[in-house]
Amino acid sequence: MLNIHREICGYCGACVSVCPEGALELIDAWLSVDESLCIACGICTKACPLGALEVTDEE
Amino acid sequence: MKSDYDILVIGGGPGGALAAWTAARSGCTVCLIEKRPAIGVPVRCAEGVGKELLREYMDPDPRWISADIRRARIVAPDGTAVELDERKAGAEVGYVLDRKIFDRELVWKASEAGADVFVKTRAVAPIIEEGVVKGATVEFCGERKDIRAKVTIAADGVESKFARWCGIDTTVPLREMMSCIQYLVTDIDIDPHSNDFYLGSDVAPEGYLWVFAKGERSANIGIGIPASKNRPEMRAKHYLNRFMKEHYPDGKIIECIFGGDPVCRPLPCTVSDGLMIIGDAARVVDPITGGGIGNAMYTGRLAAEIAARAISAGDTSKEALMPYDTEWRTSKMGKTLERNYKVKEFFITLNDEKLNDLARSIEGINFSDITVMGLLTEIIKRNPKMLIELKGLTNALK
Ligand SMILES: Cc1cc2nc3c(=O)[nH]c(=O)nc-3n(C[C@H](O)[C@H](O)[C@H](O)COP(=O)(O)OP(=O)(O)OC[C@H]3O[C@@H](n4cnc5c(N)ncnc54)[C@H](O)[C@@H]3O)c2cc1C
Ligand code: SF4
Ligand code: SF4
Repeated sequence: MLNIHREICGYCGACVSVCPEGALELIDAWLSVDESLCIACGICTKACPLGALEVTDEE
Repeated sequence: MKSDYDILVIGGGPGGALAAWTAARSGCTVCLIEKRPAIGVPVRCAEGVGKELLREYMDPDPRWISADIRRARIVAPDGTAVELDERKAGAEVGYVLDRKIFDRELVWKASEAGADVFVKTRAVAPIIEEGVVKGATVEFCGERKDIRAKVTIAADGVESKFARWCGIDTTVPLREMMSCIQYLVTDIDIDPHSNDFYLGSDVAPEGYLWVFAKGERSANIGIGIPASKNRPEMRAKHYLNRFMKEHYPDGKIIECIFGGDPVCRPLPCTVSDGLMIIGDAARVVDPITGGGIGNAMYTGRLAAEIAARAISAGDTSKEALMPYDTEWRTSKMGKTLERNYKVKEFFITLNDEKLNDLARSIEGINFSDITVMGLLTEIIKRNPKMLIELKGLTNALK
């Protein structure tokens, strides 16, 4: 699953536009992930300039 | 908030503002929505813009100009610096804006011209009937409401979801998403009339690091590298921090911003029935510099002009809106995007040694009256070693 480290996230949207599934969205001051769309491919984790995203094995 | 407009604009950046302003001036009823609580903040930009380009839209005003830029310096990995005067340096040299005020001013103009503006109002879904976009469901402080429109303009920037919800793939390839971070740094020694670009694999692999003057002793210092170059231990922020330590260890960081800048080709089609896509959402960012303010304003204005025409003719089908897509592609902007995409693709193949070679070959060339092709020919003449590298590019640009 995708873990968002909200204390690190800078609310910039770089990850939103690279997600092939359209699973991410910036809503108010939060990055939100639609878990029904996320396939845990990890692409977004690479786009983040800060390292705020991480794919983990947890369900 | 009414529930019916001629035009609904989603996003209050420079693209959306110009669209709403133009549409209102042409007599349409317009609604602009912006999901953030205030226009222009947080800034996600280095704020550089060309003077002529800006003057096309409004007269420069000291209230939103932080610095008057006269030159750009491109610094190769070995420190060779190529200086360009502002006429040849491209659209990001001219002024460094204060976008907090600039973006607000543009939306202000739209509202003065008659557009309704709503902040903290987010589009959450398109209204689509029989395949035609008819507006959007919006959320304002937890309340949902439908806003219907004859034409909806997606101006929702790099993170653009609206067009995607309408069935258009707006995904940016990872290697073409510039992963950016920038500090506003004060109390540093800079040239207050120069925008400097640093290249090289140690500084910014396949990207660049910028120092854009923001006044006598302040600058926007930032970096963009392809997202695919980010490594857990070496992300954009690590490169920038290293540069800061080496060059401006005593600078005071008073603002910190992050962002994504798409340097891919534009979307294959920027209209559909009842829908137009502009600015960063349409991916019309300059692939070399990552600059998109001017192109967002240009596409915003053009989209609104064509939308107003289509509305008065009573036909807002994809076909009727298509002149927008055709016109920007064949415009100077469209041609420059295509050319600069090829130049960018070429530049990212050059290693540090070749970048140094190139910078040394360019040193001393008078840029004030040379074309891109002329420049390439001159480089090859001065440095025949570059022939093989530049031949492909020369052919691509023919
Ligand atoms: C670090 C960085 C540096 C840059 N430096 C420069 C530079 O020096 N010069 C230059 O010309 N360009 C630069 N750019 C690019 C420039 O910032 C953009 O090209 C420009 O802002 C695009 O304008 P826009 O109107 O298309 O989108 P934006 O300015 O991004 O505006 C889009 C707006 O839509 C809103 N929005 C998004 N989704 C919704 C929704 N669902 N509902 C309602 N509102 C929504 C957003 O909140 C945002 O305010 C830089 C970009 C970055 C990231
Ligand atoms: S892990 Fe993949 S699918 Fe999930 S949000 Fe990130 S990019 Fe999208
Ligand atoms: S790229 Fe990183 S900082 Fe930007 S919104 Fe995504 S998680 Fe947050």
